[in-house]
Amino acid sequence: MNFDRLKEKLEILADAAKYDVSCSSSGGTRKNKKGALGDSSISGICHTYTEDGRCVSLLKVLLTNHCIYDCAYCVSRSSNDIKRAAFTVEEVVDLTINFYRRNYIEGLFLSSGIFKNADTTMERLVRVAKKLRLEENFNGYIHLKSIPGASDELMQEAALYADRLSINLEIPTESGLKLLAPEKNRADMISPMRYIQNGISLYNDEKKIFRNVPKFAPAGQSTQMIVGATNENDLQIIKVADHFYKNFNLKRVYYSGYVPVLEDKRLPSLTTEVPMLRENRLYQSDWLMRFYGFKAEEILDPNIPFLDLEIDPKLSWALRNLNQFPINLQTADYRMILRIPGIGVKTAKKIVHARRFQVLNIDHLKKLGAAVNRAKYFIDFDAGNMYLRYLTDKNFRKLLIGGSSSKFQNQFSQQLTLF
Amino acid sequence: MITLLYDGSFDGLLTAVFEVFEYRYKDVEIFNRERFHQENIFAEIHEVITQNDKAERVLSKLEQNIGKSGINQLLKVFLSEDPESEQIILSAIKQSIQHPVENILQNYADNDILKISKICKSVDRERHRMTAFVRFEKMQDGVFFAKIDPDFNVIPLIRKHFKDRYQDQKWMIYDLRRNYGILYDLENCDFFYPDEKLNLDQYQQKFHEEEAQYQKLWQRYFTKTNIVERKNLKLHIQHVPRRYWKYLTEKS
Ligand code: SF4
Repeated sequence: MNFDRLKEKLEILADAAKYDVSCSSSGGTRKNKKGALGDSSISGICHTYTEDGRCVSLLKVLLTNHCIYDCAYCVSRSSNDIKRAAFTVEEVVDLTINFYRRNYIEGLFLSSGIFKNADTTMERLVRVAKKLRLEENFNGYIHLKSIPGASDELMQEAALYADRLSINLEIPTESGLKLLAPEKNRADMISPMRYIQNGISLYNDEKKIFRNVPKFAPAGQSTQMIVGATNENDLQIIKVADHFYKNFNLKRVYYSGYVPVLEDKRLPSLTTEVPMLRENRLYQSDWLMRFYGFKAEEILDPNIPFLDLEIDPKLSWALRNLNQFPINLQTADYRMILRIPGIGVKTAKKIVHARRFQVLNIDHLKKLGAAVNRAKYFIDFDAGNMYLRYLTDKNFRKLLIGGSSSKFQNQFSQQLTLF
Repeated sequence: MITLLYDGSFDGLLTAVFEVFEYRYKDVEIFNRERFHQENIFAEIHEVITQNDKAERVLSKLEQNIGKSGINQLLKVFLSEDPESEQIILSAIKQSIQHPVENILQNYADNDILKISKICKSVDRERHRMTAFVRFEKMQDGVFFAKIDPDFNVIPLIRKHFKDRYQDQKWMIYDLRRNYGILYDLENCDFFYPDEKLNLDQYQQKFHEEEAQYQKLWQRYFTKTNIVERKNLKLHIQHVPRRYWKYLTEKS
């Protein structure tokens, strides 16, 4: 192994892959076989965090940053004058195994620029996964990027060896995609996703009948959208996400605030700030849809199609729906307790348990982990609650912002505890 | 006030709890013998001799009442080495005996139970971080060696995780502070208790020849995957508190 050359390639190809955020290792359950290497757990493990605060759980690299396409938002695009490199299949396998053995990573996230054509590229990605599984007996997590336009046969093979597959939509709207990635088309992106989705439902059916059906993309599919490279609004983004959750059974949609690194008339200027707070609000909305039982239509008002940057989307919903409050802690059902600002999933569950033992008051609530400074305005206790008089106050919103701002001011990342 | 002294093992503690009931002691405290310094010479001392059958009986009763997961929580309290852990565990077991039908560990409005839930949360977090932040280093003899120094005694809680994960390499995890560890030799995965602290002098000279190279690759990867435009050190430190940096190859 020529370590110097390997190091140089790793630097180039990790650097080029770093903007992709859809790389968590959660959702995989691949039990180790006796005497083999690796085991993936359902929740995933972050082995370290970058200085920008994002978790590192996988070796995330491109196979190559050579690309025949010229998407405006991408550092690897063909017209960008940068150093190019390509790993061999053996090199990626060696890095993955040796990083894994030292407990640096949960597995591999392998993406690639498109060289020659979709199938040549996809075939090479599949070869890495295949070698890891069959020759190295590796049971850690593997996420492969599906290449738009790849054939069904290759997608079939990819799904046998990888845990998760993804195609990044990148630009949420079709018109935006036309503008920034004129050579790509949405149909090419969607057809491999459709293939995998059908494969997964087929697998689920067969599993009910046969016990040893080979795993098929067991951690499902995900996608990523870049936010703020074109001028779509949040309602459009949330609707697209909702559509993919519902119709493609996606496991996760990731949102990536556009980092301006390229000079291009079609793009925001290089001095534009990364829209991190907006990105954070989108993740919060996403959580509301996936864990809090909110519908996409409830999160945003079509008249104001952007998320409120001052307050989180759950609080924002509460303020638009004051008639639903106060909520009685002793009697309300779990679904409504979840809607109280300042109460998260864990606290809501604890409340439902603890109230069987005694009548809860505001001190209990604090102990159970609620953000009482917000929650207190929305709750009715059996013994009454003096804060409820503010609920009808004209300046209620101001009062809330004053009492709950600092926590969110500087730290907006997808990986914060969100509510 | 009666003071029960036990040998510092979990079974010993459960034996002590058994004897609290057996002798119908009302006003008691339980201490690890090694950590106990007698201040009151009139204190009534009861020496507990660890008896597995007594510990078993407490365990099976508990399993009926609060289940395996409940026992697991009490074990975590024990491993937290919290100075109050014995008294809290005793309190929980007493409550569970009084209310055998309810899972008493869900009564979060009770102070002791709330403490249990808090301690479990901290211990779980430390356990989780140890599965993440352990860094193996390959030694000349091919063993992957990791040294740790966690705030809580989590080695018993991470053994299974590493055992399931690394079955085709020899490895060792060694707790510097508590001077013991786990060793996997391709067949067995057992605790080991060296008589003296392991000598880690000139440790790096015993590295396998390729070790330094992979460490370097990992460090470069760590640097290159960072997005400078999004730098947020506060968040970084929140996720990787400084006390863990000493474990991390990428931070050295
Ligand atoms: S096809 Fe992919 S790698 Fe190539 S320029 Fe477009 S986004 Fe970048």
